[in-house]
Amino acid sequence: MSAGFDPTAPLTPSGNLKRRQLFSRFALVGATAAAVLAVAVLVLVIYAVASRGLSAISLDFIFKAAPDGIGPELVGTGVIVAIATLIAMPIGVLIAIFVTEYAGRRATNAVKLTLDLMNGLPSIIIALFIFGLLVETRGQSGFAAAVALSIIEVPLVARGSQEVLRLVPASQREAADALGVARWRSTMTIVLPAALGGIVTSTVLAVARAAGETAPLIFATSLGNTDRYSLNPFEPLPTVPVRIYELSEEANPAGFTEAWGLSLILISLILFASLGARALLARSKRKMTA
Amino acid sequence: MNAFDSTSGIEPTPPRLRLRTQPPPERGPAANGHRSIATEVVFDSEDVSIFYGPKQALSNVNLRIRRGQITALIGPSGCGKTTFLRSLNRMNDSVPGFHIEGQIRYHGHDMYAGNVDQVEVRRRIGMVFQKPNPFPKSIYDNIAWAPRNLGLKKGLDERVEKALRGAALWDEVKDRLKNSALGLSGGQQQRLCIARAISIEPDVLLLDEPASALDPIATGAIEELMHSLKGRFTIVIVTHNMQQAARVADRTAFFSLESTSAAKSVGTLIEFDDTEKIFADPRDPRTRDYVTGRFG
Repeated sequence: MSAGFDPTAPLTPSGNLKRRQLFSRFALVGATAAAVLAVAVLVLVIYAVASRGLSAISLDFIFKAAPDGIGPELVGTGVIVAIATLIAMPIGVLIAIFVTEYAGRRATNAVKLTLDLMNGLPSIIIALFIFGLLVETRGQSGFAAAVALSIIEVPLVARGSQEVLRLVPASQREAADALGVARWRSTMTIVLPAALGGIVTSTVLAVARAAGETAPLIFATSLGNTDRYSLNPFEPLPTVPVRIYELSEEANPAGFTEAWGLSLILISLILFASLGARALLARSKRKMTA
Repeated sequence: MNAFDSTSGIEPTPPRLRLRTQPPPERGPAANGHRSIATEVVFDSEDVSIFYGPKQALSNVNLRIRRGQITALIGPSGCGKTTFLRSLNRMNDSVPGFHIEGQIRYHGHDMYAGNVDQVEVRRRIGMVFQKPNPFPKSIYDNIAWAPRNLGLKKGLDERVEKALRGAALWDEVKDRLKNSALGLSGGQQQRLCIARAISIEPDVLLLDEPASALDPIATGAIEELMHSLKGRFTIVIVTHNMQQAARVADRTAFFSLESTSAAKSVGTLIEFDDTEKIFADPRDPRTRDYVTGRFG
């Protein structure tokens, strides 16, 4: 018999199928366990931070300066991340436009690889780079920290924007081309608006990532700030991550609670930004592909 | 004055195109034609072969397309008719490996000369695609987009109305110009795309199977529209539908796939003549087989 089995036998497992099914079940259990573990770690971290930090949070804590609160740190982080994003967003979007609208295959791959490597760069390396570039000569400042964070943000904005720009249908570009309008104008008025939702989303994700980076801030904006409100980026600004780091280094139990409270605020901001951004992205993707 | 007269329509943009004029000036190479030419030649394709990488898609196409006429390109799938159409406004340039031999002259200018600007080419030679592709903008902005970007901002409202009237769409959309173009039916979207193309008053309209995604009623509307646009524009249309070619075209070109060796076949222009002649009394037996349905 050429098929090697009896086609008239009942359709129950035969041969080594039982063993293969057992193996497959084990693989499934292992993979599921890994996924559950990942979620569990996130839930545990949030639970640990929330249970310890919730008691520290009050209006005074959010708005007052040290030793009662962390207002200046929130403002400092806000200023630094805003400047970093103002630098990183245009550069990131331009890179994405170059890759999707202009570059050939080889240039595209080279840029993509560079961005992925940049994205994997340890933040301590970026911190050292900024230390050598700006801090050594000009001293610490919020601006130096912002430049460091912008280096972290650029690959995230560029890769994210590139993904959504690629979703803009080729027929739209063809339609624009066939009307005798130059490429740059088509890009600015047809392609970019169609991808705007996704670009904003990837920027928000980059902001969320940058807001929690600590190493560059320790190098660039940790000394000499006096825990007072300041919007001047050319002096060292107090920041949330550095404060968490400092508090947890002190031998002071009250400071620990404060550090947890601060961590809770930081983690909530990042979580809400990420979730909101993802929801926004899903919506604009649906709109574009519909 | 007819608003869509193609010579006056070009006026708003100064002639920025620096085309290298080939030896026979203005009139195109009519002199060596085998019969006297009454109408001006718009496209003159001479020994055109087109390649995608190592693969040859078209071989030695010689044909002339005259001003104000509708020329249909018909033939089986893969015969290169769309490739030829897209090479008439250089839409193939962005296809990797695209390479053309021979010469396509547009009003006597070599279209593939080094100093020819693609954007300028497409500003004069518009195109409508197989699948309607309106921008995700309002109906008004779909039409107004190209004029705005080409600096034709004066009288924009009139221009939009004229284009929509020209595409026989005005009465259907005049009360909802601010609505999204994506809310229109497929046939309306395709007529919107035609309106968008004529809004900048090009010289030539290239239509790539404009009705193949539409139902028979919408197809009828598009064909009627083509008749009304004839004369104002030189129209070249690729179609799978032979009855459509017979209904709308003045002249018809039949392309087919010809085997050059055992494994290879290349798109070839078999016959190009008046539409009536092609369908009633073709010279070539391959054309006759195709138009009578014995092939393809």
